[in-house]
Amino acid sequence: MSQAQPDEILKILARDARTSPETIATLTGRTAAGVREAIAGYEQQGIIKRYKTIVDWERAGVQKVHAFIDVRMVPARDKGFDTVAERIQRFPEVSSVWLVSGASDLRIVVEGADMREIGRFVAEKLSTIEGVTGTDTHFLMRRYKEDGVDYTDDESDQRLVVSP
Amino acid sequence: MKDFQMSNEALPPLSRMVTDLAPSGIRKFFDVAAQMKDVISLGVGEPDFVTPWAICEAAVQSLKNGQTNYTSTYGSLELRKLIARHLAARYGVNYSPEEEVLVTVGVSEGMDLAMRVLLDPGDEVIVAEPCYVSYKPCVTLAGGVPVGVRTRAEDQFRISVDQIAAVTTPRTKAILIGYPSNPTGATMPADMLLEIVAFARKRNLYIVSDEIYDRLTYDGEHTCVSSLAPERTILLNGFSKAYAMTGWRLGYACAPAEILSAMNKVHNYSILCAPIIAQMAAIEALKSAEPSVQEMVGQYNQRRRLIVDGLNKIGLECHMPQGAFYAFPNIESTGLDEEEFARRLLFEEQVAVVPGTAFGAGGEGHIRCSYATSLEKISIALDRMGRFVERIKAEKNSPSRPELTEAASR
Repeated sequence: MSQAQPDEILKILARDARTSPETIATLTGRTAAGVREAIAGYEQQGIIKRYKTIVDWERAGVQKVHAFIDVRMVPARDKGFDTVAERIQRFPEVSSVWLVSGASDLRIVVEGADMREIGRFVAEKLSTIEGVTGTDTHFLMRRYKEDGVDYTDDESDQRLVVSP
Repeated sequence: MKDFQMSNEALPPLSRMVTDLAPSGIRKFFDVAAQMKDVISLGVGEPDFVTPWAICEAAVQSLKNGQTNYTSTYGSLELRKLIARHLAARYGVNYSPEEEVLVTVGVSEGMDLAMRVLLDPGDEVIVAEPCYVSYKPCVTLAGGVPVGVRTRAEDQFRISVDQIAAVTTPRTKAILIGYPSNPTGATMPADMLLEIVAFARKRNLYIVSDEIYDRLTYDGEHTCVSSLAPERTILLNGFSKAYAMTGWRLGYACAPAEILSAMNKVHNYSILCAPIIAQMAAIEALKSAEPSVQEMVGQYNQRRRLIVDGLNKIGLECHMPQGAFYAFPNIESTGLDEEEFARRLLFEEQVAVVPGTAFGAGGEGHIRCSYATSLEKISIALDRMGRFVERIKAEKNSPSRPELTEAASR
């Protein structure tokens, strides 16, 4: 696979995972059987990890609090940051874990019912992990755009209905 | 105002030429469609994408920097240099930014200028039809005579050198070509253009080439007419379609210095210069927006396949258009003419399309469907059109109940 041009099938599924193989075939000018085969291959190779739905939980009336936490730590001998990162990522309330450059080592995203719950997680679970030397917690205040999806009001079509 | 209406005498008539000029066929349709709710429009001749944000940011920044003045009548030299470089890199054509590139208010102004500098009263311009609504009026308003050549679906709406030769007279001054085509989506292969160019040389004709949709070419490569006959071509292009910048109103004309200087003379008196804010935006477009262009072209291509497949499935025969963002299906199988089809489709299913005849001869029996709209909306529009075509066919088979359609259209 070339680095410059990702397969159009992947781009279409990343935009809308529910696009049927038949429709993808139409959109790309391939056969439905060929598309099905390609998708099966991607699933097998782990290139397609999972199909998920993007939910605006707030609009659904579900209260959730998110925090971005920068974690500083001492790397373990031979293992670097991996051991600690793996311990952190096992907590179900942790939704993302990234090793980042800059002043801290890991950036994680934690999800909870309210601020107290997240506060407890940081105090009791995260900062007590061996090797963690400090944390910096940033609560999410408002979502404008996430994973390419606009969370502000939808832009309506401003164009004239008919134009030359 | 009352004081000024004392005289009973009617005001003098307006210009006969303008009075006689037919209003755009699209206009009529727009007035109806604009009144209706929940319309899915396949009638739009502009991208649904908004201008890439970096371009908008550059425009805002230029305002903050106080760039609110006139530019050279030719346009900002930086922009002209970028345009020349872009054309050289893409098509291998060489225009001098100093005297062969003119920044215009869209291709619309460029077309008007081209006709005004080429034509004396009575000079003829050969125009392939169906075509963009303003081609023939531009010729007329410049005192010329448009000579339409009807292109056909079976020829993929391409104009041949034989068709051109057949209508060429001693008064013929120029050939106007516009490919990729609005409304048909047709493109012209290089060999056909070469024949036309050779004919233009033999008969010493100018060529005016509107290439506003050049970047929206899906199969094969676009051939820039200037690369074949730079000495006699006025090349018109702009930012509207490739960069989703229709409302910025910015285009450019390229031609040999003598022609361009004449165009600049008219431009100077009528426009002075294109708006500076749009010029600053265009500079950013040429510098950084190439990835956005490619992303948009990729999406148009998917939509193109979806709409053409869908139209054929519901029984509206449609060639795969090679460029622009229009499908131009034949609707004769329904037994309706294009006006009636478009009108009833709008009233009964709230889908707006444009009757082919709005674009001149050759548009009979066809409608223009723009696919510059989301895949979701195209799918819904196709569902509605399918339902509509089924109903028309059922009606044809039981013509005893015309009251149904009456009720539906109310």
